[in-house]
Amino acid sequence: MTAISTATPSRARRFAATPGQIALALAIAAFLLMFLVLPVATVIYVAFTEKGTSTFTLVNFYDFFRTELFMRSLWNSFYVSAMSVVWASVFALPLAYLTTRFVFRGAALVQTLGFLPLIMPPFVGAVAMQLFFGRNGSVNLLLDDWFGFKIDFMEGLNGVIFVQSIHYFPFILINLSAALRNIDRAMEEAAQNLGSSGFRLFRRIVFPLAMPGYLAGASLVFVKVFDDLATPLLLNVKDMLAPQAYLRVTSIGIADPMGYVISVVLIVASVAAMWLSARALKGRDYATTQRGGGGLARRVMTPWEAVLGYGVVILILALVLAPHLGLLLLSFATIWSFSPLPDAYTLAHYGRVFGESSVYIKNTLIYASLAGGIDIVLGVAIAYLVLRTKLIGREWLDWMASAALAIPGVVLGIGYLRTFYGVTLPDGTPLASLWITIVLALAIRRLPYALRACYAALQQISVSLEEAAENLGATKSRTVRRIVVPLMAGGILAGFVTSFSTAAVELSATLMLVQSNSDAPLAYGLYVFMQSAAGRGPGAALGVVAVILVAACTFLSHLIIERSQKAKGLGH
Amino acid sequence: MNAPVSLTTPAVSVDIAGVNLSYGTNHVLKDVNLAIEPGEFFAFLGPSGCGKTTLLRLIAGFNQADTGHVRIGGKDITDLPPWKRDVGMVFQSYALWPHMTVRRNVAFGLEERGVKRAEIERRVEAALGLVGLGHLAERRPSQLSGGQQQRVAVARTVAIEPKVLLLDEPLSNLDAKMRVQVRRELRDLQQRLGLTTIFVTHDQEEANSICDRIAVMNDGVVQQVGTPMELYERPANLFVAGFLGTANILKGRVVGSGADRSFEIDGGTRFPIAEGDRIPEGAALVFRPQHASLTDQAGPGDGALSLPCVIANREFLGASIRYGARIGATEVAVDMPFQSGRELFEIGSEARLRLSPRSLHWLSA
Repeated sequence: MTAISTATPSRARRFAATPGQIALALAIAAFLLMFLVLPVATVIYVAFTEKGTSTFTLVNFYDFFRTELFMRSLWNSFYVSAMSVVWASVFALPLAYLTTRFVFRGAALVQTLGFLPLIMPPFVGAVAMQLFFGRNGSVNLLLDDWFGFKIDFMEGLNGVIFVQSIHYFPFILINLSAALRNIDRAMEEAAQNLGSSGFRLFRRIVFPLAMPGYLAGASLVFVKVFDDLATPLLLNVKDMLAPQAYLRVTSIGIADPMGYVISVVLIVASVAAMWLSARALKGRDYATTQRGGGGLARRVMTPWEAVLGYGVVILILALVLAPHLGLLLLSFATIWSFSPLPDAYTLAHYGRVFGESSVYIKNTLIYASLAGGIDIVLGVAIAYLVLRTKLIGREWLDWMASAALAIPGVVLGIGYLRTFYGVTLPDGTPLASLWITIVLALAIRRLPYALRACYAALQQISVSLEEAAENLGATKSRTVRRIVVPLMAGGILAGFVTSFSTAAVELSATLMLVQSNSDAPLAYGLYVFMQSAAGRGPGAALGVVAVILVAACTFLSHLIIERSQKAKGLGH
Repeated sequence: MNAPVSLTTPAVSVDIAGVNLSYGTNHVLKDVNLAIEPGEFFAFLGPSGCGKTTLLRLIAGFNQADTGHVRIGGKDITDLPPWKRDVGMVFQSYALWPHMTVRRNVAFGLEERGVKRAEIERRVEAALGLVGLGHLAERRPSQLSGGQQQRVAVARTVAIEPKVLLLDEPLSNLDAKMRVQVRRELRDLQQRLGLTTIFVTHDQEEANSICDRIAVMNDGVVQQVGTPMELYERPANLFVAGFLGTANILKGRVVGSGADRSFEIDGGTRFPIAEGDRIPEGAALVFRPQHASLTDQAGPGDGALSLPCVIANREFLGASIRYGARIGATEVAVDMPFQSGRELFEIGSEARLRLSPRSLHWLSA
């Protein structure tokens, strides 16, 4: 009796996973290895081997560091990323501070408008920005008229910095606002109680406590700008790393090792930036609100503070909304050149977009839906395996999937080209030229985000709900189907919409992989349109369509999350 | 032995006069008047939502009274901002800043006051020594246990030598065992510093065990102020009687007049009213379970009431046994000391409930 009862638990422990779970884990691992690890490993392998052979060499890197163009590109990429962080901070700090620390009318509106830039691909905004801020854009024409001088907002690297900082500052705004809001009121009151007030209080208590949020946002901005391909290309800035990688591979050829070397440098820079911010954040996860108490006390502004505050906010919002407004104007403009506003308006561009170019919209819908679908299936499966099973090595699935965050789109694109070009279908077409590779690349790129959404959804479900189902006779798989997935539905849907809407405007990876116009998604079409002056009108119209598509999706996901939380009685 | 650094300042009084506070239509504090003596350990006691924390935060300056004044040591501080009040508050969540070490946390208030570096060091050492945490000065708050965090919060507050010490439910985040230990430490510390201290709690046992006097609050109104024993012995109204300890509260009405006056509860049982006792309008009869007893015979007439009753239930509480005795339709609680070997009353059996007329109170809501 005793012998049996001691033996059973140890056996149960040894076979903690069901065969189904093991098979699922292996299938996911195979997928990730095939479409993420293998392409990236190929890129790294090529970078470290002699061209055409498989001998290990560092000569490619030697060439890279010896070439003046590449060193300048490397420096430019660092410079542009760092300056974008600086300017994004300049835009985000006042908005975050004013809306969280003061009784501020329209704080919700400011926070919402602050997100707007994110729903437009930055390269789309770039064109509109050129019309407003370019050498012969509205602002400079007016400046020249009134004061007789022009400002080089959009010249060379300045343009990239300007566009990127406006596009990506919401990452800092979101993180910093959340951090400020999450500071327990008692933290501030304790300081006041001990004699601290005003700016000293901010400097010594509030800012240090919000620092982790700021750093998280800032590092994200840095990485995104460093990896971005389309914006510099569209602004005709070629001496940065991502454009160089793209140009090497597309113009010189897939066999040229330089593109791969640059890719490795991009990965290293990405990983380094993330590692640095993670290091800086280590042990500083000050979730100070856990013991009740609201956020920071909001102060009422004095009249002068109000004038200053609203002035700053309106100025920043005007700047932030400029690309959207410009795009909208451009999409209706007949001709807009050398004048502050367009000469006349037309609907012809929209006609063209929905007519001959509707294939872009159709492709985008298909690709983004498929990518989003793959992401949530993988996301739910990985989240379940990690959080609910004792499978050995299950964390590896999470790490592998999340590692996609550190892989720049252009690198993944190059990896896919190199890896799958040699793989041919029975009829001789290379795998890399099929549109399904675009879908796979998009799915891999967005997987980390969908995975986080699925994690969050599953973590909110009490294990006892599942145990109750098993107690009443449901098997593991039936419990998942009847209890877990329905309860996760809101989170899953939100994950899908996030994946879908960001995949819909992704260009870095797809720029590499699109082989024919008929397979191209919307972002690619936009890019092609925007290359020529004549294409700008229809390009802008297509851009407006993209923005509306993403905006609708974002709003939808918001609604879904809120509703599912309400339905589950989670509130807040 | 080192020369002990004293963190004491002369104790001061706290006077709260005519304080009203509303949030919109929600009247949170209603004409609060309290005189807290210098050096007193004073408690605001009441259920959640009674306004006790609001009142404490008002003294610290985090809430502004609509009317009324707060005076500390005779000085009106009603319009001073929190950082100029010299009123040390220990927060319920402790509010230790996670980005600073224990030492930096404790030094903070002194630095804000522009105290000289050497003096800061001395007082930080003294404050940490006072709570016995000198050896943990370089730790971060997250590396401390709940009890240690609580002591750091106290040290941080007393380091500035506040005029008054405010404690906002300081024991609520500790487990039961720690709570008893820490409350003794708090009392001990308060005695050593001679600091006027106000303690907010919803736990009557906490307030009873360490406070000199208690203000019982409910619904924004101070119900009664007194020593723990006064409140227990002579509650001013039904709320205080019910909130502190267990009380039998019997509804009924006054019948008869003059010397024949008595209180008839629902069901017809009458309790005599002593001559000269004033019975407030709508009053109920109140007595404590341990002031009544049960016997199985009529007993000698020693002036005690003797009422027939039926035992309806029985709970073993450890030191005592609580019987539910039914008088007519009304059930009252009666506590009998538990002595092993002594026979118990069985459920359903008849007995007599003995009650001294002196332990009867008539209280209104």
